[in-house]
Amino acid sequence: MSEILRIIGDGKEIPDAGVPDGLSDKDLVEMYRWLVLLRTFDERAVALQRQGRIGTYALYWGEEATQAGALYACAATDWVFPSYRQNSIGILRGVPAATVLAWWRGFGGVHGFWNPREHRVAPICVPIATHLPHAVGLAWAAKIKHESTASLTWFGDGATSEGDFHEAMNFAAVMKTATVFFCVNNQWAISTPIHKQMATATIAEKGAAYAIPAIRVDGFDPLACWKATKEALERGRAGDGPSLVEAYCYRLKAHGTADDPRLYRDESEAGRWMHLEPVGRMAGFLKRLGIMTAEEEESIRAEAKESIAAAVKEMESIEQPGREILFEHVYASGRPWTFDEGLAELEGVERPPEVKPLGPPTGAGAGEEGKTQ
Amino acid sequence: MSQRTMVEALNLALHQAMEHDDRVVLLGEDVAKTGGVFRVTAGLLDRFGEERVVDTPLAEAGIIGSAIGMAVYGLLPVVEIQFDVFVYPGFEQIVTHAARYAWRTKGEVPASLVIRIPFGGGVRAPELHSDSPEALFVHVPGLKVVCPTTPNDARDMMLAAIEDPDPVIFMEPKRIYRAGREEVSDELPFALGNGDGRYNEVLSKARVAREGDDLAIITYGPTVPLTIQAAERLAQERGVQARVVDLRSLYPLDVDAIVEAASTCGRALVVHEAPRTAGLGAEVSALIHERAILDLEAPVIRVTGYDVPFPQFANEDDYLPSVDRITAGANKVLDF
Repeated sequence: MSEILRIIGDGKEIPDAGVPDGLSDKDLVEMYRWLVLLRTFDERAVALQRQGRIGTYALYWGEEATQAGALYACAATDWVFPSYRQNSIGILRGVPAATVLAWWRGFGGVHGFWNPREHRVAPICVPIATHLPHAVGLAWAAKIKHESTASLTWFGDGATSEGDFHEAMNFAAVMKTATVFFCVNNQWAISTPIHKQMATATIAEKGAAYAIPAIRVDGFDPLACWKATKEALERGRAGDGPSLVEAYCYRLKAHGTADDPRLYRDESEAGRWMHLEPVGRMAGFLKRLGIMTAEEEESIRAEAKESIAAAVKEMESIEQPGREILFEHVYASGRPWTFDEGLAELEGVERPPEVKPLGPPTGAGAGEEGKTQ
Repeated sequence: MSQRTMVEALNLALHQAMEHDDRVVLLGEDVAKTGGVFRVTAGLLDRFGEERVVDTPLAEAGIIGSAIGMAVYGLLPVVEIQFDVFVYPGFEQIVTHAARYAWRTKGEVPASLVIRIPFGGGVRAPELHSDSPEALFVHVPGLKVVCPTTPNDARDMMLAAIEDPDPVIFMEPKRIYRAGREEVSDELPFALGNGDGRYNEVLSKARVAREGDDLAIITYGPTVPLTIQAAERLAQERGVQARVVDLRSLYPLDVDAIVEAASTCGRALVVHEAPRTAGLGAEVSALIHERAILDLEAPVIRVTGYDVPFPQFANEDDYLPSVDRITAGANKVLDF
């Protein structure tokens, strides 16, 4: 159980394994493009928060492999259920990056949310682990409708302490739903280290309690994440039920822009993991294989930068949403009378033209994550 | 036509909804093989099969959470919570997710599900089987909360709740599950699935359960029959005709019916089983005072459960509003 699937080496001591079956050179470059796009979004979002242009942001720097690798294994019809740590995953499924940024900017309604059915991407889950039963229910519904749609949900190591994790795992196992439980074990839940989160040595071994097959993979390795997810989805589609993937990695940066990891951990530990981070590692792998040139790498990065810059511009062109959005879409069946009263009351109230994010904190950790830019 | 209890009327509605639309599925603890501990879902497994009528593992967050996922994929789940108190482990799923799914998806994907909760006391149940948690749900934007009192209302409101795209908390007063029978037609009460929004009408209107112009008594669910008895006593003892308003919809409230009754009568009483503080009675009273104070001859009085845990059954009659307590409350308003 403690064995860890790893495909991409580090270019030094850790050797590369072969490219898994089912991935062409084109796929590998595309997956790299995804990694870079996610990385670029994340770094830009942190910078925007530091500049006071969006609100508090939960970063995922270093976890791109767990997102791009797993998503690349999904069929376009499969649904994914992200937590806030995968907040921008939708941009790989056609959700405008501006929409995700607008959400962090504090905009709701048509600006900060999307139609999940259009992208098969559920809304970002903010509480911990509570989206896991949704992923189970969705795949269960597909089963009832005799459709092959599978679901995948990401969550962290801390989420495995929540009851919803256990309920979802048990329901999925009993109902044999095609669900992939993808746990990003970055070993930290804000300040709580993994050994204070659980008494088990691994997360994968929790699968046994539910008769769910589990695998540990290198969470910094997009191909290992891809392969484990691919196999899990195949099991699910064959009617063999859910799987648990433990993507073992390390939270290289802060939990979010309001967090200061120096208060609770030795930051040199992150330094020891840094050489495994997925974007540089995938680039090295592709270059060792001769699949990507330095020019191609540069052009992928430039393209991502351009695309996120355009998204920032688009997000910043959104006007402060009107007060009427408070009352929109709360009920799909129509507006209850109390909403008309609320709106009428608001109409007589002066309102500031623009509500801005509070801007960067001035505490000890201020600016720390911004340096990743 | 046949004479049906509320349990049988609900059962009929579920048969009709499942017959009409194969997206309707039932989930819950012991709902399939045994037909639910109250037998509301009896016979549905045989009729519709185990894919659509499911005995689930015992975990309310798992049940409600799965139902939300099903709704996202286009099914119409009807969830049974076995007893009122057992909904609390699923509360998070209701508040954070079911109630907000429409809001968080630009209105495109509401969590279209019905959560049935047999609730309230008066059946000599064990401890922690008799709560009235409706106000907790009324306080959550994005939910509809309803409570039928008669077999016909139970049938009509269940059909409407399943049609309604929003999540509906369907409070079933277990004390009157089998308290009486009335004619409930085998015919559908209204056309299903034609998009006419009839469900909104059915799920938002109060009904006058007894006519009268001297005192408005506003109540719902398990206390409606007791309130009618108290009204009869008031008529006999002092010739007062009380109008009994059965709210049916707890959110949204039928403000027009409430205010009209209070204004016409000039005196109003609110009755419910749930604890008093911040209960529905407080809301109804506030609405009346805000909108009809000049028509009032007396302040609105509440006859409710107390702000204590629901007692074990040897003491439940001390806790529950009785005909005596409702009559005493009415006299207080009348004699102000």
